[in-house]
Amino acid sequence: MSSHKEKTMPVVRPSLAVEVAGLKLKNPVMPASGTFGYGEEYAPYFDLNRLGALVTKGLSLNPKAGNPTPRIAETTSGMLNAIGLQNVGIDAFVTAKVPVYRGLQTPVIANFFGNTLEEYGEVAKKLNDVPEVNAVELNISCPNVKQGGIVFGTDPSAAAQVVALVRKALSKPLIVKLTPNVTDITVIARAVEEAGADAISCINTITGMAIDVKTRQPKIANRTGGLSGPAIRPVAVRMVHQVVQAVKIPVIGIGGIMCAADALEFLIVGAKAVQVGTANFIDPQAMLTIIDGIEAFLVDEGLTDINQVIGSLKL
Amino acid sequence: MKNYKTIVLSNHEISPDYFRMRILSPGFAAKAQPGQFVMVRTELMLPTMLRRPFGIFRVGCLPAECDGLPPREYMEILYKVVGQGTKILSELHQGDRVELLGPLGSGFDLGTPGKAKLLVGGGIGLVPLFMLGEALIKRGEKVRLLMGGRTRDDILAVTEFERSGVETYVSTDDGSLGENGLVTKVLERKLGKHPDAEVFACGPTPMLSAVANMCAAHNVSLQVSLEAHMACGVGACLGCVVKGVGHSDSNPHYLCTCKAGPVFNAADLDWGKAVVAGSDCAGGGCK
Repeated sequence: MSSHKEKTMPVVRPSLAVEVAGLKLKNPVMPASGTFGYGEEYAPYFDLNRLGALVTKGLSLNPKAGNPTPRIAETTSGMLNAIGLQNVGIDAFVTAKVPVYRGLQTPVIANFFGNTLEEYGEVAKKLNDVPEVNAVELNISCPNVKQGGIVFGTDPSAAAQVVALVRKALSKPLIVKLTPNVTDITVIARAVEEAGADAISCINTITGMAIDVKTRQPKIANRTGGLSGPAIRPVAVRMVHQVVQAVKIPVIGIGGIMCAADALEFLIVGAKAVQVGTANFIDPQAMLTIIDGIEAFLVDEGLTDINQVIGSLKL
Repeated sequence: MKNYKTIVLSNHEISPDYFRMRILSPGFAAKAQPGQFVMVRTELMLPTMLRRPFGIFRVGCLPAECDGLPPREYMEILYKVVGQGTKILSELHQGDRVELLGPLGSGFDLGTPGKAKLLVGGGIGLVPLFMLGEALIKRGEKVRLLMGGRTRDDILAVTEFERSGVETYVSTDDGSLGENGLVTKVLERKLGKHPDAEVFACGPTPMLSAVANMCAAHNVSLQVSLEAHMACGVGACLGCVVKGVGHSDSNPHYLCTCKAGPVFNAADLDWGKAVVAGSDCAGGGCK
């Protein structure tokens, strides 16, 4: 009976592995911060180890309550949100959430933000001491409270200042997430690269507004919110394309990815990896479908390695 | 919980703008607790269409048929068309594909055996009360449903409650069906008769606030099922939060309707202002 051979085809599965800022990812797909909680919320729906990486909700020095409700509104091919960065704070994250990551076989990227330069620095120091956190993603789309509320990420020198400060406090790979709400994203991209960023992720949400015509009121309590979903994807692909041209560090593409083809658009213009956001809300297994879809695309195209697709844009 | 990629078994308008959808859902009935909810979307919608949250109305099983169809487990939602999402759902037919995520959230606690059980439903808010009534009746409890609506068109499924053994009291704002007046008037009377009652309520926010005040005054326990705008339904988006007791601007305390709720002990919520901002819920029959 031992001569009975298994009837399996000698299939060579294409490699989806990529490397971003020294992080080895088994595939280029990870959640966008704020759409995946701390990971545990989606653990009942699939094995988190299937992900290229896990990105946490944005963390701050102190717990943050967030905005009043309503906080979300669906718009055509997208959604507006103004959650207000509600989070448990860095200390509660370390004691309550981090233990969950211990058995995980996939890198954990902690997203964080601050209201002042000092806060950014303090959170970075604390994250540096957490071994379960493999890399950090710096959200610079926050107003600088001490300097009149100008958003760090919209001013090249403020952006460079905060990145340099965090760089000093941290020995882990540093990804900087850029806001699209600027005139020229490449100026900011070059500034953060020079200040020591290891990678750039873009784009964050685009500021938008929606009105309830019956009540004449904004649909969300914060008046304006961040627009996400497929409505913003062409803008995001354009900006990722521009940033890839402008910097030498790797870029992670974000913006309205719903399916494998959407993810491939970003990879083709040169993103090394992608983040999936709003799609997680619609289908908790969206990222698995996207990972499987990328693999199927490679097989269809007769390719053996995802890196053959990355930056393959023909002009 | 699980994401079912399944089909509609039926979808009927049961009163003007109110629909009842039956969805094939093998293995769902055994898991669903009274007061839990589901997130529903159709596969035919635009790719971004967010799911809509709906309270579980009831679960059941269609018998096997002689042409070979096996027994089919289903779950039902009742919903009101209030916006684009529910409009699209209302246009689905038998065999159309839907996705159903659930059962989600934390449901009703059945309370202390032997105490009178008063269920208070306002309009579409009666939805999560049906399975609660069933579960209480099964335990041998005396269950009364106080059902309120603006007009008789807003009074739904009362005969089903009666058939399951629940004593029902209907009131409408315009007197077109049952007693003339607000459901809270009936509740006040019932609380006078049953001072040790336990109350379970679901409905519009002003009604819930009034019920909460009344129950607090009578010192009886109250569980409420809330509705809120939701994107994910699993506690990730933080879009559906409500204010917990002790909430203040300086010391905020938000609870996720989808995870900590949709059923809350009224004592755990901050009833100071409207707990839930805006009552124009995107989902109609939603939590």
